[in-house]
Amino acid sequence: MSSGKPLLSTSEPSSATSPHHRRHSSLTIGSLGRLCHNTSISSSVTDGSQHSNLSDHNDELEDELEEFDEDISPLGGALRNSVECPAYLRTRKKFKPVDLQLQLPLPERKLLVSWGGVTDPQHVWSMREVSGASSQAVSSGIQDYLNKSQRSERFLQISMQLKENLTHHDNPRLIHINDPKRTNDNFEYSGNEIRTSKYTFLNFLPKNLFIQFHRVAYLYFLAIAALNQLPPLAVFGRTVSLVPLLFVLTVTAVKDGYEDWRRHRSDRNENNREALVLQSGKFHPKRWKKLQSGEVVKICSDETIPCDMVLLNTSDPSGIAYIQTMNLDGESNLKTRYARQETNKLVLDGTIISGVITCEQPNRNIYEFTANLEIKGQRYPLSQSNIILRGCQLKNTEWAIGVVVYAGKDTKAMLNSAMSPAKRSRLETYMNRETFWLSVFLLIMCLVVAIGMGLWLNTHKNQLDTLPYYRKIYFDKKKFGEKYKYYGIPMETFFSFLSSIIVFQIMIPISLYITMELVRLGQSYFMIGDRHMYDSSSDSRFQCRSLNINEDLGQIRYVFSDKTGTLTENKMEFRKASVWGKQYGSTLSVDGTGDTNVGAEAVLEGRRTWKLKSEITPDSELLKLLHNDLSGDERIAAQEFFLTLAACNTVIPIATQSPSSSDTDSTLRASYGIVDYQGESPDEQALVAAASAYGYTLYERTSGHIVVDVNGEKLRLVVLGLHEFDSVRKRMSVVIRFPNDSVKVLVKGADTSMFSILKRDHPDDNHTKHATQSHLNEYSSEGLRTLVVASRDLTGEELVEWQSTYEDASTSLTDRSIKLRQTAALIECDLTLLGATAIEDKLQEGVPEAIESLRQAGIKVWVLTGDKQETAISIGLSCKLLTADMEQIIINGTSESECRKFLCDAKAKYCVKSANSCDQISVWRQNTESDYLEIPLGTKLSSLQQQHAGQEEGASFGPLALIIDGNSLVYILEKDLESELFDLATSCKVVLCCRVAPLQKAGIVDLIKCRSDDMTLAIGDGANDVSMIQMADVGVGICGQEGRQAVMASDFAMGQFRFLKRLLLVHGHWNYQRIGYLVLYNFYRNAVFVLMLFWYILYTAFSTTSALTDWSSVFYSVLYTSLPTIVVGILDKDLSHKTLLKYPKLYSAGYRQESYNMSLFWITMLDMLWQSLVLFYVPLFTYRDSTIDIWSMGSLWTIAVVILVNMHLAMDIQRWVVITHISLWGSISITYSCMVVLDSIPVFPNYGLV
Amino acid sequence: MALEPEYSPSDGRKWTETESWPKEQNGLTWMEKFTQQELPACKPILTPGLVITTLISIGIIFVPIGLGSLSASEHVVEIIDRYDDACVPSNGDDEAAKSERLSFIQNVKTNKTCIRNLVIPKKMKHPIYVYYQLDNFYQNHRRYVKSRSDRQYQSPRFERETKTCDPESEIDDHTPIVPCGLVAWSLFNDTYRISTENDPIPINKKDIAWQSDKNSKFGSNVYPKNFQKQDPVGGGKLNESLPLSEQEDLLVWMRTAALPNFRKLYGRIETDLEANENITVVIQNNYNTYSFDSKKQLVLSTTTWIGGKNDFLGKAYITVGGICLFLAIAFILTYVIKPRPLGDPAYLSWNLNSKER
Repeated sequence: MSSGKPLLSTSEPSSATSPHHRRHSSLTIGSLGRLCHNTSISSSVTDGSQHSNLSDHNDELEDELEEFDEDISPLGGALRNSVECPAYLRTRKKFKPVDLQLQLPLPERKLLVSWGGVTDPQHVWSMREVSGASSQAVSSGIQDYLNKSQRSERFLQISMQLKENLTHHDNPRLIHINDPKRTNDNFEYSGNEIRTSKYTFLNFLPKNLFIQFHRVAYLYFLAIAALNQLPPLAVFGRTVSLVPLLFVLTVTAVKDGYEDWRRHRSDRNENNREALVLQSGKFHPKRWKKLQSGEVVKICSDETIPCDMVLLNTSDPSGIAYIQTMNLDGESNLKTRYARQETNKLVLDGTIISGVITCEQPNRNIYEFTANLEIKGQRYPLSQSNIILRGCQLKNTEWAIGVVVYAGKDTKAMLNSAMSPAKRSRLETYMNRETFWLSVFLLIMCLVVAIGMGLWLNTHKNQLDTLPYYRKIYFDKKKFGEKYKYYGIPMETFFSFLSSIIVFQIMIPISLYITMELVRLGQSYFMIGDRHMYDSSSDSRFQCRSLNINEDLGQIRYVFSDKTGTLTENKMEFRKASVWGKQYGSTLSVDGTGDTNVGAEAVLEGRRTWKLKSEITPDSELLKLLHNDLSGDERIAAQEFFLTLAACNTVIPIATQSPSSSDTDSTLRASYGIVDYQGESPDEQALVAAASAYGYTLYERTSGHIVVDVNGEKLRLVVLGLHEFDSVRKRMSVVIRFPNDSVKVLVKGADTSMFSILKRDHPDDNHTKHATQSHLNEYSSEGLRTLVVASRDLTGEELVEWQSTYEDASTSLTDRSIKLRQTAALIECDLTLLGATAIEDKLQEGVPEAIESLRQAGIKVWVLTGDKQETAISIGLSCKLLTADMEQIIINGTSESECRKFLCDAKAKYCVKSANSCDQISVWRQNTESDYLEIPLGTKLSSLQQQHAGQEEGASFGPLALIIDGNSLVYILEKDLESELFDLATSCKVVLCCRVAPLQKAGIVDLIKCRSDDMTLAIGDGANDVSMIQMADVGVGICGQEGRQAVMASDFAMGQFRFLKRLLLVHGHWNYQRIGYLVLYNFYRNAVFVLMLFWYILYTAFSTTSALTDWSSVFYSVLYTSLPTIVVGILDKDLSHKTLLKYPKLYSAGYRQESYNMSLFWITMLDMLWQSLVLFYVPLFTYRDSTIDIWSMGSLWTIAVVILVNMHLAMDIQRWVVITHISLWGSISITYSCMVVLDSIPVFPNYGLV
Repeated sequence: MALEPEYSPSDGRKWTETESWPKEQNGLTWMEKFTQQELPACKPILTPGLVITTLISIGIIFVPIGLGSLSASEHVVEIIDRYDDACVPSNGDDEAAKSERLSFIQNVKTNKTCIRNLVIPKKMKHPIYVYYQLDNFYQNHRRYVKSRSDRQYQSPRFERETKTCDPESEIDDHTPIVPCGLVAWSLFNDTYRISTENDPIPINKKDIAWQSDKNSKFGSNVYPKNFQKQDPVGGGKLNESLPLSEQEDLLVWMRTAALPNFRKLYGRIETDLEANENITVVIQNNYNTYSFDSKKQLVLSTTTWIGGKNDFLGKAYITVGGICLFLAIAFILTYVIKPRPLGDPAYLSWNLNSKER
């Protein structure tokens, strides 16, 4: 991006737009997105100019920097926080809270970073900022998408919903510790009482009705019932016409009421729980609902935390508290939270603390918290690691004391409890189309009746007074000459139109919606209960989180899969390492056990006292190296390498048996039990475990120091600072002071982000670098995940400078992450390469088979991964996604024109047909050919190979595979190249996207969704898949290691990827086929009935008489015929699951819409027409010229139509089980008995038919 | 239709084929089978044998039924005599004739007696039903059907429940009409007297209405009141000393017909009528159907098990049975000449589609 277009265009006039305006109107954000886009680029560039090698910068950049500084002044303070530059930081070393109040943050946090991009064109990285929380990931890129007109509406909704996160920075919340009165003085903060229930006793009825009538079908129902109340139109009895509506409303209301009652009950339980609250110097129990912000609460072990609290003190002397966040994000591992040392001491002293916490307004981002604590005039930063959230549980900690900051509905847990947006199934959309046709029929029928009525009245105009069966005039003296229910021919015609709508109302099958819901419920029951989709390892059953889209599972055309945790197990294992340019671990399998070396044995002996979970066999050579004093540099590098692995992480060691205070080796060894590592990232756990295997055991971690056990010697390292991993930098670093006072920066990160910040002067370093690089390539081609480890000594001055900025940044309330990132850039440079690690990410069980089946079923599987291209390809190969005979098209351009060229070449070569021919583009290409930059090496090779292959093979190609990286996608998805990509991608059998950001995943899904009618399914397990899952038609979450974010956003959730095969091929097929049939049958069922009424009306002088009793008409679709429909919709199976799994091709019936389409609908309608004619005319001719009366005839027709539709259903049932029999024959007998009952009520005109 | 490839075609004639269970599933309880959707089931498969058998059996059952009902219908002797045009002085189609007819029928004083001579074509065994038939009279018109009050007819307590009876609910002094409503008001009032050359043939008018109507629908203590007191008079008058439940003509009339052409039972003749016997019917032609295009017919008919004379049912059965047999033969022929193995994958939908391309 930085090379593609002019860097600076900040001085656009639109930048003067008021920030207020910006916050409220989402529409203007689009244009501003552009603007801020550019400003952020420039900020990062200036960043680079300050801290990376100045020598590599050209003058142009310096000029731009000046220009930029000039530009920024007219923008006013409002813009500043988004366009921070070091200059700004330097001038305002002290952070002023006054400024804070003034600064309005932009709802725009997108940042295009190009660290080192100018210096090293091979690794120009321009990634959107993606912070840990998925919500932010979505929102950060939202503005970009708003620009695009064709973006789906839903996406917009998500964006609107998430935008609120970013707004409330302007007025911080002030919490006075242990002084709830003062806290709530100025602002009434909400109490801790929660209400998840929707209704109260009083507002239940109106509110529930209001919500229910949001369904159009109900409104239609209501309108019909209302029409029926009008005197000239009263076709049915007035009460009868209300029955179906009331029935439906009551059922739903009872359901809602029950659910709400349960919520009330759980709320009450929750609100009445007790917590210990500091009251007049002592802790007294207090009910949860009485808690207020500012109060000090004590939590004991295993208790649930009642509200969001800032930790003040814990039972642990270092202020650590372990919490389990299972309820919040589903991660079962323990997380550490720290009390600030300062407060920890204060509370220990017994003084009642008083202080002020300044924190941001409540928001739903559970991964971020920024606040300041001010005690006795001193300010301390508070971050996410200092807060414990409602719903979490305190574990492994005796007690913890904290101050309430957010209570009740302000807590992050409550703010996050919103449901994911509802999806509508594809079939239902089609159904609406057919419903439209049905309403056309309905209108036609009503028109026929109305016109017939008009004509009839017209011909009998003169007789109307005397017709014994019409008689329009009263003959009483009182009302003499008055007309009885006669309003003139036009009005009568109109009324007959309306009343025929009433009679024919069930042509639009309203009961269908309820039926479908019930059927889906039943289907979900079976899906959940399916033992073949039960994951015994995680004890997780299949979950249906959305009840609306069961049948969509049968029509999936594209599966977008995440790789890590979805295809792979996300259980990392340390496999190989490259230290100081030498590779270890490759011979692991050969002589892993054959240790003859004395040193290694000794270490192994020592190691055995550490019982670790992972089973790593250390490489003997590497062990030897660690204990060998000879090899100087290499040995130091190796030691530092493992020290980094042990220290540079966020893993928490939990020794289940705590050691005694003794320092000697023997006691240590004796007392050590099992050390368990709890961490948020499985990669880190694997690395720490590996380091431990090599003798560097991370033993203790507090906020201030870590203790590493180096071959039995405890090494206490002071942690001066820690820059956590973020997806922009793609690395993390710790600053550590060794016992001998030397300070080091230990860094580990992705190779792409690391190589650009290495020290680059020494020629002999280059050797290591190249060796490592080649090792890295080797690893990633084996499908291993790689990390590069590097370190650096920090001089005193550097340390001082860093410390000041670090402190400044970490106490900052706004945009702390950006500031921290800039601080990190200060020290993350000039690094010495130590080595690289390779971690294996194992494929999940049954993945290749599942993918193979899906492929056979005609489903295109696309893999979208954040991994590197080589890793992605190798995983693709190992899970049979890619096969050897495939033609690989690799697209990894670094500019728009390059991408265009790639796409175009590929299309031309493989003769991909597209809407706009390639010729135009090739002309365009010639024009811009001169603009090309150097094409990356790998690309060149691959494209050359492809060209050769293409020339050799001529016109016939194997199946195509497209491999595209996120970098290219940036250009392609933002530009009009989308259609090119679409054409190319859809003609490929496999598409692999690597290095994609979460939002790009959603973008790719959207690409398919917008441009084709095919159904998409996204499957993933991590927070980074949330946007994709929400975007796709069907989102499937894997309950994996990475928490429940994906599951919470998904429609279906399951334990393993391989269940997808069964879910789609078996349940998807069944569901689709069942619902498809159900809908058609319901249309048929109601239409037959209505048409029968219609034919009769033709014989009653168009007077909308119904031969059937009112009750029969009402019961018809509710009682007489609904049960078998539901049972068949739930239980019928066309093919057994064995067949379906054996012949995946059967799935294609789904996406070819074989069970439900227009022609089937029309066939059904023709069938219906014929059947209704037979149904009506056979009794008619049989009883023509007979004494039969209207109610006998009506009863005959009723029973006939019920038997007919049930027999029709019976003929279509493919699998008769006992329940089917019961329901089918049962409903016929119910009909009969109902009619008997109805006929024995003397008031009804049809009395005594039996 | 998708095929079940697992199915073995060897024994295709069975309508039911229970799914065979793999061994490991034998231990499942009923509930487990239910949740795993593995309940024992029969899966009917439309094999050629099955289809042909079904068709043949339908044909074999239907054709005799059809023949039987046709012959029964043939045995019904039915005499239909339209008398409305013959029993009025003028028969022209012009306006003058029409108004003449109207004034004739509407004049209470004119003698409307009309004599018709009929010949019995075949011997008619008793009971012989006497019907009147009205054509083009929409008793099923919504205004008409609704214009009644079943509660009023049932009990004197609901005498004033005449809201639904408009425009014939009460007379000028606001006392209700019993029975109210258009249906009762338009009561048919032609009368027939039948006699052979010398002897009168009695027409039994007892028990012509439904028993349930007499017992509970029309109250035995509800007496006609204000009925036909006021102009215009729609039709027959009622004996005010008899309760409604005894007025069987009314009860018959009140069972509104389903179709615009209908018959209603007038009475029964309890004697046999011989073939070629001449009978005379003396008709009091009171009922006004002349103001609209309606026909009045007198029907004498015997019954069999099938009811009255109606060929339709028999013909329908024969037609359906015949078609089934024909199809069965056609299928047999195709099956013999050009058999197709069951479960031929070439007919699977995706294979068909690829062929088309």
